Amino acid sequence: MKIKILVQALAAAVAIAVGLSVAHAQDKGLENPRSTTFHTALKDKKVVFVPLSMGFDLTEGWAAQMKKQAARLGYSFEIRDPAWSTDAGTKAIQSLISEKPDLMVVHNPDIQSYARLLKQAQAAGIKVIQINLESNTTTDSYVGADWTEIGEKAAEAIVDKCDAGKGISTKVAIDTGVPTAASDVFQLDGIYKVLDAHPAIQVVSQQATEYNPEKARSIMATVLQQHGDLCGAIGIWDNQDTGTASAIKEAGKSDQVFLVTSGGGNQVGCENVKNGLFNLYISYNVPLQGDLLNQEIARLLMSDSPAGEVKTMYFNPLTLITKDNVNQRNCWTLDDLK
Amino acid sequence: MSSAAGREAGSKAWVERLLRSQEGIVFLLALVAFVVFSVLLPSFLSAGNLLVLVRSVSILGILALGMALVVIARGIDVSMIAVMVVSVSWAFVITRAGYPFEIALLIGAGFALLAGVGIGTLIAFGDVPPIFATLAAGSVIYGTGRTFFFTLEMQNVPPDTDWFRLIGQGSLFGIPITIIAFAVLCIVMQLVLSRTRFGWTTYAMGNNPNTARVTGLPTRLMVVAQYAISAFIAYLAGLILASSAAAINARLFNSTMIYDILLVVVLGGIGLNGGHGSVRNVVLGTVFVGILLNGMTILNIDYTIQNLVKGVVLLLAIVVDSLVNPRDEQTSQQGDL
Repeated sequence: MKIKILVQALAAAVAIAVGLSVAHAQDKGLENPRSTTFHTALKDKKVVFVPLSMGFDLTEGWAAQMKKQAARLGYSFEIRDPAWSTDAGTKAIQSLISEKPDLMVVHNPDIQSYARLLKQAQAAGIKVIQINLESNTTTDSYVGADWTEIGEKAAEAIVDKCDAGKGISTKVAIDTGVPTAASDVFQLDGIYKVLDAHPAIQVVSQQATEYNPEKARSIMATVLQQHGDLCGAIGIWDNQDTGTASAIKEAGKSDQVFLVTSGGGNQVGCENVKNGLFNLYISYNVPLQGDLLNQEIARLLMSDSPAGEVKTMYFNPLTLITKDNVNQRNCWTLDDLK
Repeated sequence: MSSAAGREAGSKAWVERLLRSQEGIVFLLALVAFVVFSVLLPSFLSAGNLLVLVRSVSILGILALGMALVVIARGIDVSMIAVMVVSVSWAFVITRAGYPFEIALLIGAGFALLAGVGIGTLIAFGDVPPIFATLAAGSVIYGTGRTFFFTLEMQNVPPDTDWFRLIGQGSLFGIPITIIAFAVLCIVMQLVLSRTRFGWTTYAMGNNPNTARVTGLPTRLMVVAQYAISAFIAYLAGLILASSAAAINARLFNSTMIYDILLVVVLGGIGLNGGHGSVRNVVLGTVFVGILLNGMTILNIDYTIQNLVKGVVLLLAIVVDSLVNPRDEQTSQQGDL
């Protein structure tokens, strides 16, 4: 009996000792093989970014974030800047097809120009992510705004203020950018889907500004001369609509004309919301897009499936910024991202 | 009866005289466009709209004044937009870095002048043809700006500079300051061209550069001065533009703005082979382009069609001009640009 107890006690002691020693081993943690793989798998990979142009908030923001991840995971990251020239962009992609990087991040100037090249690139084994401006071709991934949704949101806000009996009139002006860009074609579709359901709304002017704030200003000044009772305006990009807004302010109609615009959520745009130039600022949130982009880059580089086999896309959520929620969380500066 | 016939003949002669010059043709076209728009568009003729009309092209007009000075001396300056966006953007960046706004503006002006003097030196002492010199200099200036002075193309006017906003957004006796600035610059330029030795020398250089040089005029220094002035005018135009839109976008360098300036100058009747034209031509060209743009905006004409109309009008003016004023021996000897 006594021996049995002794054996039991001994067994318990051994068990505790073993347990302790295991516990001791756990103190230094366990090696996670996946972590090692994650941090080393991308070492020799090459990623190239072909933006519309560097030098504006969106592309600088994405590039800053992509650079950060490239440094963290040790792959090489390059930018080929075509400086707003579709021609230069086409040549850049053509030469990339023969250089064969592992992945290209492409920002399309319009829905047509790069479409075939992107197909060729994937056929050559290069994975392709499209960022924020789509082409007609679907590729391995698209990350960015749903322009149709932005158009609908903008038009809904306008209908809310300017539908029959709600505003000073039912007159609305639309300032577009460049007529062939995805941001224009899809956004206009979204806008008119909503406006067509509200026949009282009159679109009195729809003019292209070529993203130029001064041109946007003089167009809005002319429109306000013709239609002093304009109720609302939809602009296609915050960078150009500082001009639209200053024409409205100059005419002393800031309280009358409801201006909706959209952009990447840069602090500069937010300042314009704060000082009352933009009434509604639909942000597609560049820091969020940068994070999504990085996730997609890592996923595609690690995946063994060949380029163009699985096509995915994700329209990131939009933030509707008004005077009530202009804050640190919704607005960013380039230095924050670097 | 005879007096009526005389009057008719007189008015006929008047029209013929008008048709004999490019300037006259454009004047008639402008008049026709003005009358048509006034009849078709109910609020085209309102005072408010006419102010908006002139204002929307005032900046273009100011730039065209600088271009005109260079073109009259048989040069051309396609670097104006580069100088404009880089010097103004840089001034804003310096301000945001903590320097007083006024000093930053002076630095911007200094940069513009330096660029102009550099280009002028290249042309006057390096004997580089103006079109190549300014085309290359434009890229160099823009590249320097984008590489060393600022990363972002879009520069908002720095905060707490309310007086600066007045330039582009304020008005005096109901007339926007932008228009007043254009008018004042027109008067100054007219006086310089018609009343000063500098102006006469400019015409002489345009008429016949070799004779001007042989006669002993300081043509090289004049060239440097002309490009410095056009660069400085570009800077002034940039300030007004930034002030009125509350921001400046360096991307204008890639736009067709420089061709719009040339359009104004050529349409107004200042020949690219130099020696002719005055401020009157710039005003005419500016107002004509203004009428077209304003009318088409009110009519809500599609972007592509607007560009088409602009192109067709320019072609029309050139074709009619060469029909009415056929090439003669002198022009073929001088050659066009």
